[in-house]
Amino acid sequence: MAQLTKQVTTGESELTILRDVSFTVAAGEAVAVVGASGSGKSTLLGLLAGLDTPTSGTVHLDGQDIYALDEDGRAALRAERLGFVFQSFNLLPAMTALENVMLPLELSGADDVTATARAMLKRVGLGERLTHYPKQLSGGEQQRVAIARAFVTRPSLLLADEPTGNLDVATGAGVIDLMFELNRERGATLILVTHDTALSQRCGRVLQLAAGMLQ
Amino acid sequence: MRRHSDIGLALRLLARDWRARELTLVALAVVVAVASVTTVDFFTDRVYQALSRQANQLLGADLVVTGDRPLGDAFEGEAGRRGLQVTRMLRFPSMTAIENRNVLSEVKVVSAGYPLRGELRIADAPYQPDRRATAIPEPGTVWVDEKLYTRLQLQDGDAVEVGNSRLKVAAIITQEPDSAVGFINAGPRVLLNEADIAATGLVQIGSRVRYRVQVAGPPAAVDAYRIWVNARLEPGQRVESIEDARPEIRSALDRAGRFLALSTLLSVILAAVAVALATRRFLQRHLDACAVMRCLGASQGRVVRLYLLQFVALGCVASLIGCLIGWGAQHALALWLGGLVTVALPGAGVMPAVQGFVTGLALLLGFALPPLTALGRVSPLRVLRRDIGAPKGMGALGYVLGAAVISALVLWKAGELKTGLLVLAGFAGALLVAALVSWMVIVAVSQLRGGGVSWRFGIANLRRRRLASMLQVMALGTGVMALLTLTIIRGELLQLWQGSLPSDAPNRFIVNIQKDQVPALERFFAAQGIGMPELYPMVRARLLQINERPVAPTDFTDDRARRLVDREFNLSWATHMQKDNSIVAGSWWNDANGKSAQRTDQFSMEDGIARALGIKLGDVLTFDSAGSTFAAEVTSLRKVDWDSFNVNFFVVAPPGLLEKQPVSYVTSFYLPPGNVALLNALVKQFPNFLLIDVAQVLGQVKMMIEQVSKAVQFVFLFTLLAGLVVLYAAIASSHDERLYQATIMRALGASRAQLARATLAEFAVIGALAGLIAAAGANALGYVLAQRVMNIGYGFSFTVWAVGVVCSIVGIVIAGHLGTRQALQVSPLRVLRQLA
Repeated sequence: MAQLTKQVTTGESELTILRDVSFTVAAGEAVAVVGASGSGKSTLLGLLAGLDTPTSGTVHLDGQDIYALDEDGRAALRAERLGFVFQSFNLLPAMTALENVMLPLELSGADDVTATARAMLKRVGLGERLTHYPKQLSGGEQQRVAIARAFVTRPSLLLADEPTGNLDVATGAGVIDLMFELNRERGATLILVTHDTALSQRCGRVLQLAAGMLQ
Repeated sequence: MRRHSDIGLALRLLARDWRARELTLVALAVVVAVASVTTVDFFTDRVYQALSRQANQLLGADLVVTGDRPLGDAFEGEAGRRGLQVTRMLRFPSMTAIENRNVLSEVKVVSAGYPLRGELRIADAPYQPDRRATAIPEPGTVWVDEKLYTRLQLQDGDAVEVGNSRLKVAAIITQEPDSAVGFINAGPRVLLNEADIAATGLVQIGSRVRYRVQVAGPPAAVDAYRIWVNARLEPGQRVESIEDARPEIRSALDRAGRFLALSTLLSVILAAVAVALATRRFLQRHLDACAVMRCLGASQGRVVRLYLLQFVALGCVASLIGCLIGWGAQHALALWLGGLVTVALPGAGVMPAVQGFVTGLALLLGFALPPLTALGRVSPLRVLRRDIGAPKGMGALGYVLGAAVISALVLWKAGELKTGLLVLAGFAGALLVAALVSWMVIVAVSQLRGGGVSWRFGIANLRRRRLASMLQVMALGTGVMALLTLTIIRGELLQLWQGSLPSDAPNRFIVNIQKDQVPALERFFAAQGIGMPELYPMVRARLLQINERPVAPTDFTDDRARRLVDREFNLSWATHMQKDNSIVAGSWWNDANGKSAQRTDQFSMEDGIARALGIKLGDVLTFDSAGSTFAAEVTSLRKVDWDSFNVNFFVVAPPGLLEKQPVSYVTSFYLPPGNVALLNALVKQFPNFLLIDVAQVLGQVKMMIEQVSKAVQFVFLFTLLAGLVVLYAAIASSHDERLYQATIMRALGASRAQLARATLAEFAVIGALAGLIAAAGANALGYVLAQRVMNIGYGFSFTVWAVGVVCSIVGIVIAGHLGTRQALQVSPLRVLRQLA
């Protein structure tokens, strides 16, 4: 990531959310990005994932400049290499746990979609809850489904945005254990945005973000 | 490959959304739209055709070719080749005699198969029970009607002289299907077999014989045959159909058609509103799903494609179900009306189903396409930041395509551009006014201070979601309007229409009453206990010139115009215009105070006949009556309500113009069924009277009104359903937001009672506004229907306003309360988690 800057125009003034942020993450590394609310953590994560476009600067993923690609190119890249875990889970309410996990496989046109998704849910301890809808699951269970959905395509990079933000301490700890376990198993790179110090210390490296700049 | 897999994936997504009941409302709206459109189309296709066909019973056939010379074999031969049923008939006046008594009668000579439509009924002796005739008189015998039987003082087994033949009277005719058509058949009837006609020696050169070829068959074949015949008619020959023969029937058929067409328009518009609301809700609820899919690597184009495929598939399935329901409904209807429609219903065509299917897809895609394409632009960042709202294009602008689709559908369904544009303009104007009023009221109400915290919170909601509240008010208003139209307006209008033809509407006309007979006629009616009906003066005259240019039948290409010029007009004079007439151009001669104009050389002409003859306001018409001519200017054109069954005239003059011409009088009165003795006494005392029996035509029109009323009720069932779907969709459109907000309020410590009162305040304002809009709309719609479709007076309906506003407030408050009750009963955390 090189000299990433994001500015937004609000009314007549211009607000700089990220200023000249540069860092490199090696394959297999686990990095935590910490900072207070409004420090630009989520914006940074959005830019890393190619969900938004920077005002200046760029992001390279395995040597590929992702902002040299158009939006469809970035979407294809996400499908192939990225996995996401969000604070608010973002499960689709009209789909069962199994179908939520199947969705990324279906979108990428994979084979054995059902079997793969079922195995993944079993791995996160929800083998008995395949046909439950998100609203029938507890918060911790919903986040497990989200983790299963993130890992089922075997992404090389996992991005997590406050994954325990909506969970109590005990449940959050369980979810985090699972995430780190899977990350190790699959050899993925992990970038985690959080303001939970305990959680950040489990990562190999901590990046501190304040007022849009790396400290 | 990708496209192929997308179809499969889209279908799987569709199935999941369906199972989660995300699509129920959209599908229901489409199904109702398609079902109502298809059912009405089937009506037009089948029942309307059946009604026309049933009306043709009064003609005894579907089509009749007549001429004053033998018609030759060509018409008959061609009909046979086309697989149509054919019979021949001759009609002429002749003396019928027995011993030294003789009576001028109307002889009808028929071939086997007569009548092709309707019933010929006979009895063995006068006043005996009758039965349907299954054949025509055997050679050597005749059938006569009761009038002739009485006047010739016949006995059982007598034979009468017709020309050179003596023919035995074998039966009494009690009902002929074609007796009501034209004045010609006013004389007593003799019916004989065509095998006997040569022997009578009555048909010779110069005889006043009308030759007729009568044809019946499938409507399409009859129409094709009509075109073939029209191209080959010679002078003196013409085609008769029931619409030409009886304006009353045409008038009633026209009304039926227009009423049904407007019902369809209402259903289509309502269903469109339901589809729009339901689609909007679906797409709002799928913003997150789109963002997640984008995040998981689906491109913009792919997201749009997946949802588009879903909607096309949904549209196809829902439209198909709608078609099936429409098809089933028309079968049910056929059974239901079966007892009333006496002819076999023509089969259901494929076109209504195709049209319904196209309508369903067009409605769904028209409203879904703009927001669908906008869905592709949902920022994937939404997965991180929920405050990123819907992309542009999902607001008002998104409905432009939908509005275009509705307009196209309305113009298509209206059948004619003018009506379609009128409905569209009316609807758009009403929407605009409703939007303005609700906007202003919402702003005004939100300025109100005071009241408790609940009231303030409820009203603040209205203000905060001003645009959404306004849309909700309008959608609810449309739904309630449909309900009001269905229940109150429909009832009032149909009652008025049925009332326009009272049970004692005139069913007999007396023509040729001489001036010196009037006192005797008055005494006759008094003796019978019947009030003297109003007499109208009548002058028979031939149209000689229009603007001093001589007219001849050959000047006109239109068949009806030719006949009008060829025969004598019936003219009359009057000071006041009859109640069942209305001026469409120019003005009547007496002013508002009833004071007559000084000018006597004026004519008021019936609009339809003026158009057929190309006569405009200001044209001067010259008539000839028994050798004396008179002329006057056309100063007004009138629309005549023919199905009122009153005496009416094509041409009316003010007093002072026609009195010098030979005058006779005409009247109409109601004869209770079965009172044949009165008729016989009348004929006996006034042998010169022509008595015309319109009871059959009257019965036919009454039956048509009844059938159409039933048909309209049936069609309105779908309108009701569409209205209910609109109501539900409108309430549901703000359900999630309300639930969320109420839950937050509860979390902040608001009591259930406070929340319930806030909901009550908000929905009461919405309900009152929707009720007002609905009452205004329904009342206006009723007025337009009454004026333009049924030609009856209809004004302000207090019931509609009272019931509309009260029921709307109560109904919407209850529905709203039920919708948000969930927020008051379950734990706030649970609701928040569900909505997260």
